[in-house]
Parts: sequence; C-alpha cells; structure tokens
Amino acid sequence: MSFFSWAWDWVTTDANWHGSGSIPQQLVAYLGYCALPLLIAALIGVPAGVAIGHRGGKRAVVVINTANAWRAIPTLGLLILLAVFLGFSPLTWLLPLVVLAVPPILVNAYEGVAAVDPSVKDAARGMGMTPWQQVTRVEIPNALPLILVGLRTAAIFVVATATIAAYIGLGGLGRFIIDGLASDQYGPVAGGALLVVILAVLVLALFAGLSRLVIPAGLRKQAKTE
Amino acid sequence: MTHRITARSGAAVLAVIGLAAVAACSSSSSSSSSTAASSSASATTSASSGSNPLSPGGSSTSVVIGSANFPENELLAEVYALALQAKGVKVTTKLNIGAREVYYPQIEKGAISIIPEYNGTLLTVEADPTSTAKTTAAVDAALTAKLPSSLTVLNPAPAQDSDSVTVTAATAAKYHLKTIADLGPYASSMVFGGPPEFKTRPDGLAGLKANYGLTFKSFDPLDESGPITLAALTSGKVQAADVFTTTPQIVTDKLVSLSDPKFNFAAQNVIPLVYKPDLTPTIESTLNAVSAKLTTSALLQLDVEVITNKEDYTTAAQNWLQSNGLG
Repeated sequence: MSFFSWAWDWVTTDANWHGSGSIPQQLVAYLGYCALPLLIAALIGVPAGVAIGHRGGKRAVVVINTANAWRAIPTLGLLILLAVFLGFSPLTWLLPLVVLAVPPILVNAYEGVAAVDPSVKDAARGMGMTPWQQVTRVEIPNALPLILVGLRTAAIFVVATATIAAYIGLGGLGRFIIDGLASDQYGPVAGGALLVVILAVLVLALFAGLSRLVIPAGLRKQAKTE
Repeated sequence: MTHRITARSGAAVLAVIGLAAVAACSSSSSSSSSTAASSSASATTSASSGSNPLSPGGSSTSVVIGSANFPENELLAEVYALALQAKGVKVTTKLNIGAREVYYPQIEKGAISIIPEYNGTLLTVEADPTSTAKTTAAVDAALTAKLPSSLTVLNPAPAQDSDSVTVTAATAAKYHLKTIADLGPYASSMVFGGPPEFKTRPDGLAGLKANYGLTFKSFDPLDESGPITLAALTSGKVQAADVFTTTPQIVTDKLVSLSDPKFNFAAQNVIPLVYKPDLTPTIESTLNAVSAKLTTSALLQLDVEVITNKEDYTTAAQNWLQSNGLG
C-alpha cells in the first residue's frame, strides 16, 4: 500500500471522526498548539525586528546574526531538556516552538524595514513626521510584504513541528503519528502526516489572501510594474 | 569603507563564535553517543574482517563476544569477556554492534560466538513471535525448543531488565505497595504513564486489567522508560509508570518497581546466547557461574556506575567480578 492509500483509508474511516481523541478533537487541539506559540513569537519578533531595522548600525548585525545562529537549536532536543528540567508546565512545549518561530519573523521584519528606500525615509522626515510616525506610517507599511513572509515561514515551521507536543504526552495531530509508529499502525501515521501537510498548505493560502488584504495597493502596483 | 569592513568581519567572527558555541553545546551533550558511533564503526569494520569465510564456524582458539548498542548490554559483554579471560579463554570483543536485527544474523552464522541476551525478547522477536510464555522457566523451555540448531542459551541470570509498574518511593510508602496487586484500591485515582503502545499491547493496560483487575484513572502516552517518563513520574504528572527494571534513575530518583507475581510482563532474564560450535565446557561453567551471581539489583548498580557515574565499562565489570570471586 502506498502512503496515500494508508492515509486515505484512515482519514475516511468514520470511527476516527468521533469520540475522544478523534480527528476533529486533535485538529482543534493542534491549531491551539500552533497558534499560541506563533502569536507569542510574532509579538516578540515583529516589534524587535522593526526596532532593529529602524535603528540599524552595528548592533543590528549582532542581533540578526544571533537570531540566525539561534535557528540551529534543535526543537525536539530543547523539548526533552525542558521536560527534564521544568517538568510539564505549559512552557515545556511552548518555549521550543517560540524559539523555532522567532528567528524568521525577526530577521524578515528587520530586513523589510532596513531595506526601505532611503529616499522614502528622507521624504517622511522632510514632511515633518515624528520618528514614531516614520515607523508606523512609512517603514512598517513598506516592510509589510517581508514581515508577512517572515510570519508565513514561521507559521509553516510551527505547523510542521508542533507534532512534537505529542512526544511529552500532549494531544494534537502528533498523537496519531507517534502512537501509530509505536504500535506499528501506519494508517494513523500517514493520515496524521497528511493532515499536517494539508494544514500547512491552508496556512500558505491564508497568507496569500492576507497579503492581498493588508499590503498597501501602491506597493502591490509597484511590485507589478517592477 | 574601513568602518564597513570592520562591521562585516565582526559579523563573520560573531557568526563563527555562535556556530562554535552551538557545536560545543551539542557535542558536549552527545559526547557519549559520538564515541559510541565511532566505536560502532570500528566494530563493524572489525566484524566484517572477523567473519572470515575461510574459517567457517569461527576459530577454536578465540571466542568473539558481541553486544547490542546500549550501555547495559555492552557492560554485560565486558563482564562475560573478563570472566572468560580470567579462566584462560582467548577473547575478542565486538561491542556496540547495533540492534538485534543486525547482530542476530551474525551470531547465527558464527561471526560472533557469544552475546548477552534477554530471554523474553529473544524468544518473541527471533525464536518464536507467537509464543505466550511468561515465566523464566517457560520462556527458557520455549527458547531451547525454538532456537535454530546453530544457537543455544546457557543458564539465565536472576537479573531481569523487564517492563515494570514503577512508582516513587514516597507513593510506595504511602500506600504500602510491594506488588502490582497492592495497587488495587488506588489505581482508579492514579494516572499511568508509559510508551504510546502500552495502551494497546497485550501486556499493557489490558494485561494489568486482566491479571490484577487494575483500571487507571487515565493513561499518558510518554516515551519508552526514557527521560519524559521519568520526569513525569518524579514530577507527579503520573503516579505510576512503565519503567525498565534496570533503569539507573530507579536508584538515583528513589523509585520502586513493584513485583509482578502474576507475570503480566514476560520474564527478561539476562542470558548468554552462544553459537553452539564455539561452546566449550570452560565457557559454559564460567558463564553459568557469572549468571548465578548476577541479580537485578547487582545489574542495576552496575548500570548506575556506567551510565550515571560514567565509569569505564571494563573497570566496573572487573570490580564486580572481583567482589564476587569471579575475576
């Protein structure tokens, strides 16, 4: 049997859609395991990246390189380490996923703001905007395409990785994958993986829609003519 | 321009430092596994040269003792090797060969002469997957009947590395727990932790219910007697867990493995698996003498020494043999 027939048979089995630990239940739980770390990472990464991009200079280089090196931290390793040292507080699963999601958000927000055309920044200053106005009205709108790229990358990372929550006994789609592997049942393994993939594709679509909504029309036009 | 260059080279230096730090962290945490990997690589190369097709059945002058790729098994192989050397048997060791599916075909054809095994798993994984034998005697009888003709087992040691229902010493004292049966009145208020498959496998929750009438409040799927399970047990997230009986944390974290009088879990006695043509009376009597002294608590203590205290395998094995008059 192929991956898809394993997955399809499992996903279309009616019994897997009802009761405790069913697909809808774990899917909802999984969205929670993805959304919360992503929200926290965005609250850290976007303001930090924008601030660093706005100030620029040597310190920016340090922060951005640290953030990039930060990506080398293995998520599963961190999870097990925290389980051993913190026990089973919410931080144990939250922290590794936040650590995973912050770097792409921060680096892209920085790049977006730092790359705003200097003449645009000069114009903003020349019009008498305060530094706060320059950031909120000029730099952030101009950096939005890249900020969204960062958020999208982080969202895909988190959606593809939050299955590890199941490793410390929590729920979510990882439950199907880990339990299936442990008991040699490939249906739930393939099915769980397929659901993760579908979710990741939906996230992509969501961000494509989001970028149409929030990116200023002028910027989109500019991108087209370029 | 110079300023720019400094900034850029500074960044490069930083990146290198960052990478080095990350590498240092990960290498220090996995130093044992990296040495294990290198020794396994050398073991494989020497194994291939050792299985010389020109000397089928192994040479009669030297026996080859192998081991699986986990610390306790390597330690047991060292114990066997040193005990045999003390009796004048020429021994070469090929430790850390791999998992059972790697070393089993090797011993079956005589590239390895002796390997420390566990009777229950040996029976159900290699000799007879359909076997339902549970007690040490039943497992050994089934093994003797079902092993391929080139292989045999010697006497089992009392030492067992088996699944167990384990609780903290505090829980055991509070409810006066000695055997799994003692959990009867308390199980319904306890959360049980174990590997995910414990929920469905026959000697898992179903076995505990059938043999001891236990129904736990709920089940937490964790790992296989690893750091997650132990953290869950010591932090009180679960009150009882499936822990292997020679896990060093039983000593260091003050845990108690409850005895299993109804054999819910199959016996897992340490037993020497031997390639028959290489077996001599000296080997048989020496290893039987070793097995007679090897209890679960002795093996657990040895595991604490090599896993927790990072003592050298050879030293730990030698000390144990000497203190038991076998070295």
